[in-house]
Amino acid sequence: MKRKVTFPHFGDYCIPLEFLVTRGLEMDYVIPPPMTKRTLELGTKYSPDYVCAPFKYNLGSYIEAIESGADMLVQTGGACRLGYYGELHEQIIRDLGYEIDFVNLARADYSKPHTLIAEFKKVNPDFSIKKVTAALLAAVKMAEYMDNTDDFIRRNIGFEVENGSFEAAKSRFLNELRKCNNKKDVLNAYQRCMDTMKKIPVNKPKKPLKVAVVGEYYTIMDPFSNHNIEREMAKMGMVIRRWMNLSNSMFHYTEKEIARKIYGYSKYNMGATSMSTIDVALSCAKRGYDGIIHVKSFGCTPEMDAIPVLQNISSDYKIPILYFSFDSQTGDTGIQTRLEAFYDMIVMRKNAK
Amino acid sequence: MKKAYLGIDIGSISTKGVIIDSDNNVLASEYLWTEGNPIEATKKLIGVLAEKMRGKEYKVVSVGTTGSARKLVGVITGACVVKNEITAHAIGTTALYPDVRTIFEIGGQDSKIILIENGIVVDYAMNTLCAAGTGSFLSSQASRLGVAVEEFGKIALTSSNPTPIAARCTVFAESDLVHKAQIGHTKQDIIAGLCKAVVTNYLNNVGKGKKINPPIVFQGGVSKNVGVIKAFEDATGYPVIVDENGHLTGALGVAILAKRSESEKHFDFDIADIDFKTKGITCGRCANNCEIICVYEDDALIDAWGNKCEKGAISTKSIRAKAL
Repeated sequence: MKRKVTFPHFGDYCIPLEFLVTRGLEMDYVIPPPMTKRTLELGTKYSPDYVCAPFKYNLGSYIEAIESGADMLVQTGGACRLGYYGELHEQIIRDLGYEIDFVNLARADYSKPHTLIAEFKKVNPDFSIKKVTAALLAAVKMAEYMDNTDDFIRRNIGFEVENGSFEAAKSRFLNELRKCNNKKDVLNAYQRCMDTMKKIPVNKPKKPLKVAVVGEYYTIMDPFSNHNIEREMAKMGMVIRRWMNLSNSMFHYTEKEIARKIYGYSKYNMGATSMSTIDVALSCAKRGYDGIIHVKSFGCTPEMDAIPVLQNISSDYKIPILYFSFDSQTGDTGIQTRLEAFYDMIVMRKNAK
Repeated sequence: MKKAYLGIDIGSISTKGVIIDSDNNVLASEYLWTEGNPIEATKKLIGVLAEKMRGKEYKVVSVGTTGSARKLVGVITGACVVKNEITAHAIGTTALYPDVRTIFEIGGQDSKIILIENGIVVDYAMNTLCAAGTGSFLSSQASRLGVAVEEFGKIALTSSNPTPIAARCTVFAESDLVHKAQIGHTKQDIIAGLCKAVVTNYLNNVGKGKKINPPIVFQGGVSKNVGVIKAFEDATGYPVIVDENGHLTGALGVAILAKRSESEKHFDFDIADIDFKTKGITCGRCANNCEIICVYEDDALIDAWGNKCEKGAISTKSIRAKAL
């Protein structure tokens, strides 16, 4: 029987993952149901209380994917507690009595491709390296194009003349991506999407307000976890910039160069996304952005360590920074109040200049 | 008839209203308890304000609302401006104290700090996740010690040797307090220690990394506590201003914003007699089960909110269909 592979919900990246698994490894893929309060409730119920929120979201997402038929769960490795997620998830899910296979990529050493191949073999022992490579290249492109369209949307959605036009274009694009067979289809879908989006009428002032979003890997990229603050902010009428995404973090993260750029503020790598958080905040501060929003899950140590550095950048460059720490709370009112106040503040600051 | 502007600040504990003229002079004001019913509180507030405005040659041309029930009350009063309390407080305070540089605010659940330069908000912070070090902490400790919370400040001032109390977390503070009481610290010293703990907690949390410059204005329910005022003065080294009408600042701020908005809408004090109702509907179209709040004026739906996505968007039509 064909196994049904899944990976926890993470923004829209289930689409390239689905492509990689179905086309490359020739297995079935289960896209976990969209995350809801129930996902979070399930995840919170079976997680250690003090673990970071993404662990809880992932666990809830696994359980919902299993309910929709998945029987092979994949977890990745990472440079922080994420490296331990897989082991703990596997244990918890087995203790709950689910009969599943668990592929933990944290066991592989990414610098040695054969260890990764060994993990892939656990998914499908007779996979073809040729097919996986081709699918991987297309999936990577997919992720990159998705990141590009998101960048474009963040720059423009706050100024759309007709409410919802960008979101409609994006959801069409995502639907088309799911029908792609190869790299060429992916490129065509992307070009169609960009053509559509460039034609969407926008009413953008010459010097719009600009806000950068920085912070922890999962929370910043997953709209459900960050209460969609990007969209909420953009819709108040501003340009949002977010460097952090899958393709930038994987292919454009140059640790040595970043270390050099931020040396005056941080001499050591504090792990995970802390360095890129500081780097992006610093460069946006230098370029005269109107504000920065820092997001992290409650208890994320690398990002907690980045906060004092951000405070220094904030006072040196006179740029306001709003800090959000998300856990399993679901109330939006407090977040909305803080975002509105932040918006009012940067508008008043700009008008005073 | 001269123009007047009404600002309403509907907090979880109290509801405040201010009517100003076009030069920001207060024509009438009122303060009452919300008692968990913002609609009733607002109607009562408007009734009292109408009484106070009777015979005056003014007409309210624009309404602003702020506070946690700002949206609901905004709909009911047909407000031109619905503003978050941080902005409203900043505007209100700078109107009263144009030179203010720092605003401390500690309320029942919230605490915030607002930094101002040349009358412009340049930075702010608000407590996250937890209500440690706010008014609710002080009132629960007061009842533990068998002291009225209103007396807290005065008792604190009689102590010359405040007991150090761990302030990081309410639960820790409570066990520390019990322990200190059991080994013989006096009540005055413990109370003074609690006031100090609130200030330490505030400065280490919301005030962290913020440069505090004078003049400092202190607002919110806890600003009525002289023990906390003194602890703030000791910790910052600057005098701390507490306005007698500090509780009205948010309402004043949003009245000024309503005036500045230059949008005018008919307002009638008669809304005190209109029947407003709210109803919560569970959307049920996905597992989010968004609680959608519908607001009715004399049984007609006037607004609805609470849905996270389009699926839960409610038009007047679909509500009627559901009700039938």
